[in-house]
Order: sequence, then structure tokens, then C-alpha cells
Amino acid sequence: MARIATSTGYVPLLMRIDGGGRVLLGLMLAAAVAVPALNLLTPANFALHVPTYLVSLWGKYLCYALLAVSVDLVWGYCGILSLGHGAFFALGGYAMGMHLMREIGDRGVYGNPVLPDFMVFLNWDTLPWYWHGFDSFAFAALMVLLVPGTLAFVFGWFAFRSRVSGVYLSIITQAMTYALMLAFLRNDMGFGGNNGLTDFKDVLGFDLQADSTRCALFACSAVALGLGYIVCRLMVTSKFGRVIMAVRDAESRTRFLGYRVEYYKLVVWVVSAMLAGIAGALYVPQVGIINPGEFVPANSIEIIVWVAVGGRGTLYGAALGGVLVNYAKTYFTGAAPEIWLYLLGGLFIAVTLLLPKGVVGTTSDLWQRRHEIFGRRGSPPVASQGEQREAAE
Amino acid sequence: MPIAVIRCLLASFALLVVLAAPQRGVAQDADFAALVDTAAKGEFAEQSAAISALAATGDPRAQAVLEALAERGLYVTAEGQVVIGEDHPDGLRLIDPLTGEEIGIVGSRDVERVRANNSLRRAARSAIGTLTLMSPDPAVRLNAAQTVFSSQDAGALEMLEQALEQEEDDDVRGAMQKARAAILLGSDDPALRLEAVEALREFTDPDIRSMLAALVVQRQDGTYAETDETVRAAAAESLEAIERKLAAWRIAGYVYQGISLGSVLLLAAIGLAITFGVMGVINMAHGEMVMIGAYTTFVIQEVIRNHAPELLDWSLFVAIPAAFVVAGLAGIAIERGIIRFLYGRPLETLLATWGLSLILRQLVRTLFGTTNQEVGTPSWMQGAIETTAGVTMTYNRLYIILFCLLVFAGLMVALRRTALGLQMRAVTQNRQMARAMGIRTGRVDALTFGLGSGIAGIAGVALSQIDNVSPNLGQGYIIDSFLVVVFGGVGNLWGTLAGAFSLGVANKLLEPYAGAVLGKILVLVAIILFIQKRPRGLFALRGRAVEA
Repeated sequence: MARIATSTGYVPLLMRIDGGGRVLLGLMLAAAVAVPALNLLTPANFALHVPTYLVSLWGKYLCYALLAVSVDLVWGYCGILSLGHGAFFALGGYAMGMHLMREIGDRGVYGNPVLPDFMVFLNWDTLPWYWHGFDSFAFAALMVLLVPGTLAFVFGWFAFRSRVSGVYLSIITQAMTYALMLAFLRNDMGFGGNNGLTDFKDVLGFDLQADSTRCALFACSAVALGLGYIVCRLMVTSKFGRVIMAVRDAESRTRFLGYRVEYYKLVVWVVSAMLAGIAGALYVPQVGIINPGEFVPANSIEIIVWVAVGGRGTLYGAALGGVLVNYAKTYFTGAAPEIWLYLLGGLFIAVTLLLPKGVVGTTSDLWQRRHEIFGRRGSPPVASQGEQREAAE
Repeated sequence: MPIAVIRCLLASFALLVVLAAPQRGVAQDADFAALVDTAAKGEFAEQSAAISALAATGDPRAQAVLEALAERGLYVTAEGQVVIGEDHPDGLRLIDPLTGEEIGIVGSRDVERVRANNSLRRAARSAIGTLTLMSPDPAVRLNAAQTVFSSQDAGALEMLEQALEQEEDDDVRGAMQKARAAILLGSDDPALRLEAVEALREFTDPDIRSMLAALVVQRQDGTYAETDETVRAAAAESLEAIERKLAAWRIAGYVYQGISLGSVLLLAAIGLAITFGVMGVINMAHGEMVMIGAYTTFVIQEVIRNHAPELLDWSLFVAIPAAFVVAGLAGIAIERGIIRFLYGRPLETLLATWGLSLILRQLVRTLFGTTNQEVGTPSWMQGAIETTAGVTMTYNRLYIILFCLLVFAGLMVALRRTALGLQMRAVTQNRQMARAMGIRTGRVDALTFGLGSGIAGIAGVALSQIDNVSPNLGQGYIIDSFLVVVFGGVGNLWGTLAGAFSLGVANKLLEPYAGAVLGKILVLVAIILFIQKRPRGLFALRGRAVEA
């Protein structure tokens, strides 16, 4: 991969972040400040005023971007193609949703101070044990990390130790999210069945419908994306990161060099799942609902295309892909809903056949070629990702 | 109960008369006339014996007489002739019971009605049920045996035993034995009751279970309906045996359903086993090949409906090759257009074919609409076999099981006995060497992919018979199909067969205990765990091919 740290010694934080990353971080910082300001402080008729629905919409995109970054971490740097990352996203979302449900308190339709509406509807008389504790935000926030993290740990522990890899791993991750979808669709599970969790009122005492809360959530999403990016970047530029890239390019060779491949994979996998969980947790209050539809295997596959479009193995490219594809989705499903699936399908094919390095990889290639042609100083040519892998195989 | 004893004796006597006759039915006109006479004019005991005897003749004419007696429609004329009278505006229309011919119409005062008290009429009515035990038509005999079973008329016992001796049809025999046992159950002799209880063990009907259950239930005052302890114990034992048998049948039913599900999975997965297992290509659009097959079936059926409706029942035979060709060509186009650029990059193939699957689904939506299409089931596939214990096997499922085995066998032959099959295996095992030997690997790749897709199309024909033909048809099977292939062992068709059937049966066996959804979840989790244990599936390939 291009632009990894060449020394294993101490490198200052900013030095370990590449150009695209700096742009991303700068953008996030600016957005976190400017968007709320433009929404709250400017009058509605002001030219640069940002309406609240846009704030929430872009907040949603940023959550998707974080999800894409988490997938890029495992797929781009460790070669694990997960077709089940939607499951971690949804689990984080459910953990947050459960907290928001408890926050409703007695303002629900049935006015039960403890039980959420759907439980009253199902004639349940006590709260299931796994719902306890979610009335506390801190506990819920912990669960947002722990639930996806634990699932990823258990799943990865078994899978990586048995050396399940490649396509096989992809298929069982898909089976995992499929099984979870079926499970969450059951009313008996106590997660609202088909309808999921919705009708949220407020978070930490702030009204979810209020502009200020929505701006705050947007800012949180921007900050989370920035921090998530930094965490991933630090991981992949460290010595650890070089090992996981070695695993991606030549797993057996890395193992023969004495590295415990399965533990490296496990760490990346769990961190990625937790990031996906955080994305889900930020997504739910902004969208106002979480239901088993988030577990649908097709969703997880779609995440892969975000990463592929943006540029696999660049992190900031994945974030860009997440925003781009979802922006296109919003636009086309509104303007021409019947052609959106053609476009999405075509995108999958075009990206894999024509832009194997995504938007970011392709433009930087072009950029580099221009530098070489004009004889200016550019970064040394590096083997493309595809060539590396082919060499490894 | 002396009357009952007398009745029995008389009935036996009447029976002996009948048995002594060399031929039953028409030959014994004189006897029949005598019996009719006795039934109409005799004393009460004689009447009831005659009723039983009439029934035992099995004579079709007896039914009219008995019905008339039961409905108070039997008369004696002034000359002493026994006649059947039917209501008529001018009085009564008389019919000769011996010939069935009309005699004439008389006033209701000209004839004397045969007096029949309630118990006699009841006897007549139950005799009607038994008289048909001798009928030459097995369906009538079966019906009669069932009537006896529900009336449990002790008077019918002898006739029943006699009928049993000459009965040849197994179903009717069973019904008769059941009826006999049910009558014996009411006998005074504990030994007979014991025999009955033991005989009933053979049957699984719910009414027999409740009959036996009634014997062993303790009443509130502490006594039992059945006074004899041995009989009671035997009844409990019989009941248990019946429950065991029913449970076994239920399990058999689940296994059958499981095999049926397995055959559907196998059909969907077998094409995938070729493209994924043999070629190492992950075709996420495989489900859409199945869908294309189903839509081809639909289109062909519509064409036949509009142009040659008399051939509608045979449209599937046109649809099978057509679906194979359409899906196969689509597969070749996909291979040439997309997949060949992505060999050796399985994950990218997965993404590109997923995009293709989105496009194909949307294309079908644009062409045919989002609603389900109606694909008719030919008349020869309708209907079902029902077993006594409540297991139903529908013909369309049976045909699909057979069909899927046929397809599997055909594919095996194609891979092992044809030149293309040989080349496919050669390319799978060692691409470079195959190419060096002069095999055009690109062509083999395309044909292999076409074969896998074509088989998916054939699966679509079968699925159109049991599932909704909608753009999402394939999506319902794709995950299961992948799991079947991976579970069975990639690159091994026998493994796919074993995987499909074991997953199908496991699913259906779990369903009644865990519920449909939870059962499926358990199977999924089990597969995930299984793959951890054996990452290469049930039947892993060994040797160098593994790492290729």
C-alpha cells in the first residue's frame, strides 16, 4: 500500500496522516463547526442557511462513511471481505435504540413507565433481563462498543483460529447477518420484531426533533468519523499495520515468519466491528428508527461497494465512497427510482472491472503519472495493490 | 341380557342358512322372500333376527326393505304380501321388495303398516350399514365397515367376521378388523376385550385413541370404565404403542418434508456447485439464473395457453430445455462479458456479479412488473398421497424430488462421460497443463459457466411449481445454496448432494421443536460452527487441488 510509515520509530501524529486524510480531517472539523452554525445562527432565508433536514441527511452520510472506513480497515488492509458488517452496525444501532426506548419513559402510547410500547402490546409484564441497564446512557454507550465487539471477538476467534479465510469467511459472515436478521424479526426476541425500535423522544434530555439536538448529533458524527479515521490510520501506519498488510498480501508467508496471524486479524476485526457499532449508534437517533432491515445481507454487500467506489485501502477514500454512493442513492431514488438499481448494479460492475482502485486510487494514479511526465518530484512509484496480490499468489 | 342372547342365537341361525347357500344374492330368492316375510310379520325376536339375516345376505334388495322398515314404510297387503309403500298423492305407491317393480297405487287404508318399535328400527338402520359388507364394490364395503365401526353394533359381529374371512382388499380388511375390535371392546368377556385392545394396537386413528384412552381414565369415584385390570394394562400398553407409532409417523413426515426441502436446495445449489466449486467463481447472480428459468417457464406457459391450450399440461416439458438454454446463454454471456476478466480474484467476482444480480432483478421488474406471476401446475402434478397417520405427500413435491435426482444423475454423467466433462475436470485440476495439452480453456470456462447457469434455469422451472415467481425468487435461495455448497465441500458434487439433504432434513426436524425461524437460525449457527471445525466442508478435496 502506498504511503505507509517507512520507519517503525516514533512518528508524530500528523506525519502519519496522508494528504487525503488531512483533507478529510479538515473537512470534518470545519463541518462540525460550520454546519451547526449555519443551521442555528443564520435565518432561514439566508443564502448559506443549512436546513435541518439536510443536517440530518448529511449526519446519516457521515455515519455511513464511518461504517465504510471500518470495512476498509478489515478489507483494504487485512484482506478480510466481510459481508456481515451491517450486523455490527445494526447491533450498535439497537444498543442505542434500546437506550432511547427507555428514555421515552411513560410518554409512550400506553404510558407504561418501564415497558416500551411494543412489549405492552405483546402483553409482557416484565422487562427482559437484557434490557436492564439500558436506562443509563453510559451503560448503553458501553454496550454500543461491547456488543458488536463481543460478537466479532467470538466469531473471529473461531473463524481465524480455524483459518477460515477468503470466500469461505465472506459466506459465513453473510450467514451470520442473515441469522441475526431472522432472529431480530422474531417478536419473542424482545427487540420489537419486524417494526424494530422507533418513536424516540429525546436523548440525554434533549428533544430529538429540536434543531440544536440534530446539529449536535451531526457534529458528533463528524467528530466520530474524524476520530475513527485517526484510530484506523494509526493502526495501519504502525508496526502492527505492516503485519496486517503482510497478512493480506501473503498470509502463509507471514505465519511462517512467526507471526500469530489469527491474533492480528482478530484485533483488526474487533476494532472494525466496534467502529461499525459506533456508526450505527450515531445513525439511529438521526434516522429515528432501527429495525431488522439493517441486517439484510444486501445492505452489507452495499457497504463493500462504497469502499470499492471510494478506493479500497485508503480509509479516506472509503469515507468518500460512502458519502458519494449514498448521495447518489438519495438523489436517484428521488429523481428516478426505477433506474437507481441499474445504476447501483452498474456501479458494482464498472468499479470492479474498470476502477479496481476506486475513485481515489485512480485519480492519484493519474496525478502521479502527470508528475512523472513533467519530471517533477513525486512519490516513488509503488506496486499497485493488484500487482502485489498477484505476486503473492 | 337374555334378549341379546336370543338375538345372537337367531342371527347365527339365520347366518347358517345363508352360509349353507352355495351362492349368495339372487340364487336364494325363496330364502330372501321368507326373511322379508319374517321381518314383517314375525314376533319381535324373530323380526330382529330376520333383520340381521337380511343384512347378512348382502342382497342389494335387502337395503330397500330395511330402509322401509326403519322409516315405517313397510306394509302387508290384505293377501299377506309384504310390500314397500311410498307416499303418493292418491295414497300409497306399492313396490314389490322381491322384484323392485311397482304393483300399483292403493289407498293408505287398504294395507296394514308393519309395526316396528324403536329398537327394531334401530336394528334395521344399523343392519343397513352392515348389509353392504358383502357388496362386490370395495368402496361400499369400506363404507359399511366404517358404519359398523361407529355404530359398534354387537349384532353385526358375526357378519363382520364372515365378511372378514373372504375379504381380500387390505384397506377394507383393516377397516373391518377395526370395527370388529371396537365391537369386541363392548363385550362382557374380558378375554375378548383383551383381544380387542391388543388388536386395536395396529391402528392410529384418533377415535381409536380416544376409545382406548377412555378405558384407562380413572373416574372421579375412583373406578375405571374398564373393570378388568389386565385389559386396562393392555389398553394402556396399546395406547402407548399407538402413540409411539404416531410419533414415528410424524418423524417420517418431517423427514419427508426435509427431503423435499433438500431437493429444492440441491436444485438451487447444484449449478452453484459447478460455478463455485469447480471453477472457483462466486456467482452472486446465480439466484437470478434460477429466476430467469422460472420466468421462462411463465412465458412458455403463456404462449402455450394462447396458442395451443390443449398442450398446457405438457408445457413444463417445453420449459425445461428452454429454461436451460436461456439461462445457459445468459451464463455464457456473463462469463464472456464480466467474469473472465476477474479470474483469480474471487472477491471482486462476488461484487461484480452482485451488481449484475441487482440489474437483472430490476430488469425483470421493468419487463414483467413487481407482482408475482401465476405459473399453473399441470393436472398430473396436482393431488397428494395421504397416509393414515396424517402425513401428506403432494405430488408436485414428489416430482421435484425425482426431478432433482434426475438432474443430479444427468450432471454426473455429463461430467464423467462426455468430452466436455473431461475437459472441465482437466481445467479445474490444472489450468496451465490443460492448456498445454491443447484444451481451449477459455471456451471450457464459458461452457462450464453456461452449464452451471443452465442447471440453475432448470431449477427455476421446478421452483415455479412451489414458489412465487417474482423478481426476488432467486434471492430466497442464494444464501442457502452457498451454505449447502460450502457445507458439502467445495468442488465435490456428492458433498453438495449430502449437504442439501442433511440441511433440509435438519431444518424440518428442528422446525416443530424450535419453530420455523428459530430452527433456521439454529441450522445457520450450526453451519457457521461446522465450517470453523472443518473449513473445507463435509467432504474436503485432498491433495494439491486444495490450495489451488
